[in-house]
Amino acid sequence: MAMNTVMCLLTDAEGTPLGSAMYIPHNAGHLQLINLVNTFLNNEEKLSYSFYVSDEELLVSVGTYMERNSVSVENVLKIVYRQQAVFRIRPVYRCSQTISDVHEGEILCVSFSPDGKQLASGSGDKTVRLWDLNTETPMFTCKGHKEHVLAVAWSPDAKCLVSGDRDGKVCCWDPSKGELLGNALSGHKKWICGIAWEPAHLSYPSRRFVTCGKDGDARIWDFTLKRTLIVLSGHTRAVTCVKWGGDGTIYTGSQDSTIRMWEITQQGQGILKHILRDHAGWVNSLSLSTEYVLRTGAFDHTRQVTCSDEEMKKIALERYIKAKGKVDSPERLVSGSDDFTIILWEPSVSLQPKQKMVTTARVTGHQQLVNHVYFSPNGQWIASASFDKSVKLWDGVTGKFITAFRGHANCVYQISWSPDSRMLLSCSKDSTLKVWDIGTKKLKHDLPGHKDEVWAVDWSPDGEKVASGGLDKDLKLWKG
Amino acid sequence: MPQGDYIELHQKRHGRRLDYEERKRKKEARQVHKRSKQAQNSIGIKGKMIAKKNYAEKAQMKKTLKMHEESSSRRKADEDVQEGAVPAYLLDRENTSRAKVLSNTIKQKRKEKAGKWEVPLPKVRPVAEDEMFRVIRSGKRKTKQWKRMVTKATFVGPGFTRKPPKYERFIRPSGLRFTKAHVTHPELRCTFCLEIIGIKKNPNGPMYTSLGVMTRGTIIEVNVSELGLVTPAGKVVWGKYAQVTNNPENDGCINAVLLV
Repeated sequence: MAMNTVMCLLTDAEGTPLGSAMYIPHNAGHLQLINLVNTFLNNEEKLSYSFYVSDEELLVSVGTYMERNSVSVENVLKIVYRQQAVFRIRPVYRCSQTISDVHEGEILCVSFSPDGKQLASGSGDKTVRLWDLNTETPMFTCKGHKEHVLAVAWSPDAKCLVSGDRDGKVCCWDPSKGELLGNALSGHKKWICGIAWEPAHLSYPSRRFVTCGKDGDARIWDFTLKRTLIVLSGHTRAVTCVKWGGDGTIYTGSQDSTIRMWEITQQGQGILKHILRDHAGWVNSLSLSTEYVLRTGAFDHTRQVTCSDEEMKKIALERYIKAKGKVDSPERLVSGSDDFTIILWEPSVSLQPKQKMVTTARVTGHQQLVNHVYFSPNGQWIASASFDKSVKLWDGVTGKFITAFRGHANCVYQISWSPDSRMLLSCSKDSTLKVWDIGTKKLKHDLPGHKDEVWAVDWSPDGEKVASGGLDKDLKLWKG
Repeated sequence: MPQGDYIELHQKRHGRRLDYEERKRKKEARQVHKRSKQAQNSIGIKGKMIAKKNYAEKAQMKKTLKMHEESSSRRKADEDVQEGAVPAYLLDRENTSRAKVLSNTIKQKRKEKAGKWEVPLPKVRPVAEDEMFRVIRSGKRKTKQWKRMVTKATFVGPGFTRKPPKYERFIRPSGLRFTKAHVTHPELRCTFCLEIIGIKKNPNGPMYTSLGVMTRGTIIEVNVSELGLVTPAGKVVWGKYAQVTNNPENDGCINAVLLV
C-alpha cells in the first residue's frame, strides 16, 4: 500500500527552517506535526504548537488541505509553526460582581497588579481605590489627588503603585496599606497621560518610572527619593503615551505625530536617541512586543511565591529573553495614530517603518482613528482598537493583516489580552465588552451590563478575572 | 436748622465743650442700638424702606470683606472639581454630549403590551374624512364616486405594489409618499434623518394606520442603527418609535421626536 507523501518545509514565525524539506505522510494531522516539531527542537516537555500555511491556520490533515486548495504536490509546502502557550485561560463570560456606588466619579483607569493579587482603579472622584479580589469588595480608598485620576501603574515587582492626575500631580502609594507615601509630586504643568515603570530585569526592586503629560515633557522619577530625576523635553505637543523598553530605551509618542526614543546615560542624563517620523496625525498609543512581560516582571500566570531580589531579577530577565524570541532579535514597536494607520517599527534595526498597516488598501486598514494598539503577550499578534467600531488583528512579526472583528455598535476604546494570547477583550462606547477568540477568529462572548460607555478594561495576569469601569461609575468584575 | 453760621462762629471763638469728645464717642456708640431699635420697630412702608436699605448695605459689606480676604491669605487649591471626568485618551477630543442611560427594551415591551404610551403629543386635532380623502370620479360618464385619493403624507414600505388600478379604492399618490423622517432625540437635542420602518398607530383611526397615513401625532417606527444604541442585555437596537410633530402635507417633510 503506497502511502502518499507530501513534501513539506517547517519554518518558524521569522522564517528560519527547521531541518530541511521532508516527506510527510498524507494523513499527518495536527498531533503528528506537533510531535514532529517537538522532536526536532529536542523539547523536554511536549509544547503545543499551531500551524499556518500561507497565513491560514492548518486545522485538517495535510493531505485534505492540499486537495481542498489544489496545491500541487510537486511544490514544497511551507508550514509555519507557532508556539502556543502551555496553559489555557478560561474564557470570561459572566459578571461576578458589580460594585456600584463606591466610586463617586466615573472610572477612568483600572489596573491589576503584576502578581494578580490586587486591583487599583482611578476615577473622577479624585481617589484611587484598591480592591480585594478574593471577596470582590473595596479594600482601601487612597485620597491624595485633587483632580481626576487619569493614569495608574503598578511597578513590576508589585510593591509600588503610582497614579497621575489631571493637575499634573503624581502620587506614590503603598498598596499593602493604601497609604500615600510622601506628598503629591508636582512637576508636570498639565495633565498626565501615561505612566511606565523601568523593567524588572534592569532594576529590582523597582525604583524608577517615567510619566508623560500634556505639557510635552516626559519625566523620570525615583520612587524612593520622591523626586524628578530627569526631564525629557523635546516634543512640541502633548505626549500621549510612554513605554520603557527592555533594553533601557524609553519610547514616547506624541500629538506632534512623532515618536522619540530616549536613553539614559551612565551619568544619569537623558538624551534623545532617535526620532521616528512617519505618522501624519497624533500618535495615540504605543505597544512593545515584550510589553506584557515587562509589565508583569518576574510573575507569571502561576502566581509563584516571591523569592529573593536577585532571583526575581534573573527570572524577569529569562522571561524577557523568551518573549523577545531569539536572543538577538530586536524588540518591535507598534504605534497607532489619528491618521487611521498603524505602523510597525523595529527601532533598534532601522528608523524606517518596517510595515505600515495603512488605509490605502481601504479594506484592510482602519476607517477611523486608532485609539489603542496592543501586542499579544507572546508577541505574535497585534490588536488594534479603533473608532470605526472594529478591532483588527495583525501579524506581530510581519505586520500583515489577519482579520477584523466586527460586532461593536460604537467606537472601541481599549483592548486587553488574556495571558495565554488566545483571547482578546475589547471595551467600547456602546457599553459592552466583547471577548474574541483568536483561534477561530470569531466572537466568543458578549459581556453586556454596563449602563454607559466603558472606558477602562484589564485582564488579570493570572487570567482569572477581568475588571472594567467607565462612565456609569460601576466597577464590574467578570469571571470565567 | 440754623439759619446762618452763628453756631460755627461760637465754636471758633470759644471752642467746644470740654466733654465734647467724650459725648461724641458715646453718642456714636449709641447710634448702633438706636438704628437697630428703629429698624425693628418701624412699621409700614417706612419699615420696608429701612429694611431694603440695610440689606443692600449688608450685601455690599460682605462683598468687600471677601475681596479683602482674597488678597490677604493664600488660597487653598480649588475644592470643586470639574464635572465630566474623561480618560486621558478622550481629554483632547470634543465629544458630542452623550445620552443618559440608554433605551430599556423591557420597559418598552411592557408598554407595548399594555397599549399605553407616554407621548409628547397626547392629544391631536382629529382629522375629518373629507379632509383626509378627496373623491375621485371614475367611469365613462364620471358618475362613479367610489375611489378616494389620500391628501396626506403616507408611507408604503419598500415591497409595495399597487393593486390593479381598476380595483383600487384608495389611491396613495407617489408624490406624497415618504421614506425618511427627521427625528430629534429629546435629550441629545440633535436631529437625524432616519428611515421609516413602519407606521405603528395613527390616532385618527385604525383605517388610517393600515393605509399608512402620517398626520400629526402618528407614532412611526424608525431605523436607529446609526445612533449606535445598545440594550442593557447587549443587543444592538435598530428600531425605535417616534411621534410625528408637524403636518407633513404642508411642509413636505416629516419631523418627529424620538420616544425614549
